[in-house]
Amino acid sequence: MDNIFLYSALYLAFLMILSLVRAVLGPTVLDRMIGVNAIGSKTVVLLILIGFLYHRVDMFVDIALAYAMLNFIAVLAASRYFQKRKGLYDEAPYL
Amino acid sequence: MDIMDIIVLVLLFSGLFFLTGGAVGILRFPDFYSRLHPAGKLDTLGSLLAMTAFALFNLHHFSLGALLTSLKILLIVVFIFLASPTATHGIVDAGVRAGLAPWTKGQKRR
Amino acid sequence: MDKQEEEGLGHEHNTSRVENLDRSSGRRKNYGPIMVTFFIMFGVWVVLSGKFDPFHLSLGVISCAIVAYLSADLLRPSVRGLLIMLVRWIPYLPWLIKEIIKANLHVTYLVFHPRMMDLIDPRIIKFRSKLESELALVTFANSITLTPGTITVNVSPDGDFKVHAIDKASGEPLPGEMEARVAKAFGEG
Repeated sequence: MDNIFLYSALYLAFLMILSLVRAVLGPTVLDRMIGVNAIGSKTVVLLILIGFLYHRVDMFVDIALAYAMLNFIAVLAASRYFQKRKGLYDEAPYL
Repeated sequence: MDIMDIIVLVLLFSGLFFLTGGAVGILRFPDFYSRLHPAGKLDTLGSLLAMTAFALFNLHHFSLGALLTSLKILLIVVFIFLASPTATHGIVDAGVRAGLAPWTKGQKRR
Repeated sequence: MDKQEEEGLGHEHNTSRVENLDRSSGRRKNYGPIMVTFFIMFGVWVVLSGKFDPFHLSLGVISCAIVAYLSADLLRPSVRGLLIMLVRWIPYLPWLIKEIIKANLHVTYLVFHPRMMDLIDPRIIKFRSKLESELALVTFANSITLTPGTITVNVSPDGDFKVHAIDKASGEPLPGEMEARVAKAFGEG
């Protein structure tokens, strides 16, 4: 079972690299934010997997909970911060 | 390899499958609004399935500590279910207020 | 439910009017919401701390009591209303999860389809909901966002929804059955 968890963790890291591509390439700031948010939600799963690998789930589950909350607050704060920036796109405003 | 392990593995792999869908969808979809669909929600269901698998696996050696840890994992799941739609709506709201027009059929991808 | 309580008060006291005035101005604390908030918070505390010796439990009681007293005006659950809501929610949740899984499979199919660009057809749908209370509107909006293929862009307090749908098929069933189920879960149907 440990081997399966190890390879799942590696696969999750690979998925995070895929999301990182969007965070680097994304044409607008909001695209980058989507990429970062996706990485964060995968990190929560990855943290618990690491906990199983080290046989200390009881400790890592607290870290995962704190990370989930931090990720949520970071996304909300960033979206509130960027919502007043005009000209994310070079187009006429919509609505 | 008993029946519990098989349930755990099935849940874990279906969770990883949905997470893969989320990561690929972010790369393939044409614009910001449609990218939010896989990012906000396939990830939610993927983490839900994977977390349920972990909570079940953790109960193998039953004890009070293991039960509490499983409850904490379920608490994370509930939190993700409440927080993920809110975060998605926050990002979409920022996009609308910044004046991004949604992609429609026939335009080139961004 | 609140009405019944006030009627009960009226039978006992002749000064029910004064009591009502006091209650509406918030001078007289209603202890029901504080207790509910306290017990929910204490449950979370026990799960998170995981220690059952008297020292940690008393710390939890003290901090939960302070926070519940301060924030009971902010979060206003009433005891019986919460129970009724729980009973009505239980049939709604499995249906929601079934719907989420069905819609997730649809979006996953779209993501992995080789000619994905021909299949998707993003559009913005506007409709008006019949739901009344704010909590029901928020629940409906979050349910729409959770079922993939649709994201709530904007909700006005009157119930005007703007929804971004990824293709024609996922936008069709709105508001439809989900609104009826949410209305039933909140006793408005």
